[in-house]
Amino acid sequence: MGGYGDVQMIDDKGLRMDGRKPSECRPIEIETGVVPVADGSARVRWGLNDVIAAVYGPMEAHPRKIQRQDRAVLDVRYNMAPFSTTDRIRPGFNRRSREISKVTAEALESVVMLELYPRSKIRVEIEVLCAEAGTRCAGITAASAALAHAGIPMTDLVVSVASGKVNGVVVCDLNKEEDNYGEADLPMGILPNSGELVFLQMDGDLSQEDFKIAWDYNMEAASHIHEIMARALKGGDA
Amino acid sequence: MRGRRVAGPIDMTRGRGAGGPHGSRESVLVAPGDDLGDSKELEPGHGVIVVDGRLKAVKQGRMTKEGKNVGIQPRRTAYVPRPSDLVIGFVEGMTNNIWFIDIGAPFNAILPLSLGPSKASFGGLRSVLDVGDAILCRIQEVEENHSSVATMKGMGLRKLKTGSVESVDPHLLGRVIGSKGANLSELKEKTDTRIIVADNARVWIDGDVEGIISARAELGAMMMKAKISEYRGDV
Repeated sequence: MGGYGDVQMIDDKGLRMDGRKPSECRPIEIETGVVPVADGSARVRWGLNDVIAAVYGPMEAHPRKIQRQDRAVLDVRYNMAPFSTTDRIRPGFNRRSREISKVTAEALESVVMLELYPRSKIRVEIEVLCAEAGTRCAGITAASAALAHAGIPMTDLVVSVASGKVNGVVVCDLNKEEDNYGEADLPMGILPNSGELVFLQMDGDLSQEDFKIAWDYNMEAASHIHEIMARALKGGDA
Repeated sequence: MRGRRVAGPIDMTRGRGAGGPHGSRESVLVAPGDDLGDSKELEPGHGVIVVDGRLKAVKQGRMTKEGKNVGIQPRRTAYVPRPSDLVIGFVEGMTNNIWFIDIGAPFNAILPLSLGPSKASFGGLRSVLDVGDAILCRIQEVEENHSSVATMKGMGLRKLKTGSVESVDPHLLGRVIGSKGANLSELKEKTDTRIIVADNARVWIDGDVEGIISARAELGAMMMKAKISEYRGDV
């Protein structure tokens, strides 16, 4: 949200810098079983984003003080590789990655049937190999596919997608320039089978009308991404 | 917060509509959250829950329907111990009177000194079973919080001193054994080895070196074939 209002990102025909229509998503590919040693894994290529999620467990939770007697704990770690952006990222946790790990865990806790595994821990590792914009959405989507691939019981999948506002126009699935210089960003985590929302953040300002348009764009995109995810899960990695 | 439903229906072809599958034994691949039919007409089996009168998948795998019962044969799953399971475990650690056994489940099983293979003095457990030893044991008890107690008191339960232990996918154990043990007997005869298939998806293979090597290769090929055929839907 740089607020550089003079940067023209929508042309006269109403198309965006990368030629997409405002309601259009970047191309998405989802693949499962990419980390053979993990209990479940998935890779999401979303525009230039490349995110891998691996799931380990359920396993005994250590240290013992983190164990819950009535359910499992979901330990999510989101990390961006130092080489994932043009400016090198200092390895290790930072405030942003801690925040994203927390919101991802909370979104996934809504669907994972944690009560089936008391005193256990399910470890979810999200590694961003290449970042363009919308890595938290790609991370949540990848983590959800990896959990399903690991055979962890879930009441639904979680699909995450963001819409925002650029040059006064609401657009779906922001790319890097739109994310940096746009006016608003609205990432959402959606349960595709029930339409419920498990995660919502908003950066910048959106009017009520714009919010409604962004909401509809996100719902539409979630439907499309869910199809791709279901195909990946049912396709098999032998 | 709730929006509208955005997921499309699952494969509607060949009578696999939202009302669930028809016929006595059909199978279709499902992902978590997929709608499997009406709970008034069908009963939920493994990996299926009822939400607002509809059956819903909670696991990724192959949906099977036997009569009214709709279940999911999960594609991947963790081993969950049950009493009387025959398991192959590895000793992971010990206290003065308890061994901790890795049985491939979320939690280690405990093997108390009193249920061990032979008499050992208090504090002298290492002389009987040391860290890394493989044992054939049985699950005696599983508590509500998933802790399990193993026993080595029983026929054939012993320390495995020779041979090789292989791991297979828990849900494909049936393929290794085959109908009335046909696949297993064939494997034993073909490779001239002794094989024990434990409930925790570990397989002990014993015999001469060539036999063990060929049995391991056969087992690997069997698993690969099972995985491929399963997801082509020709099971």
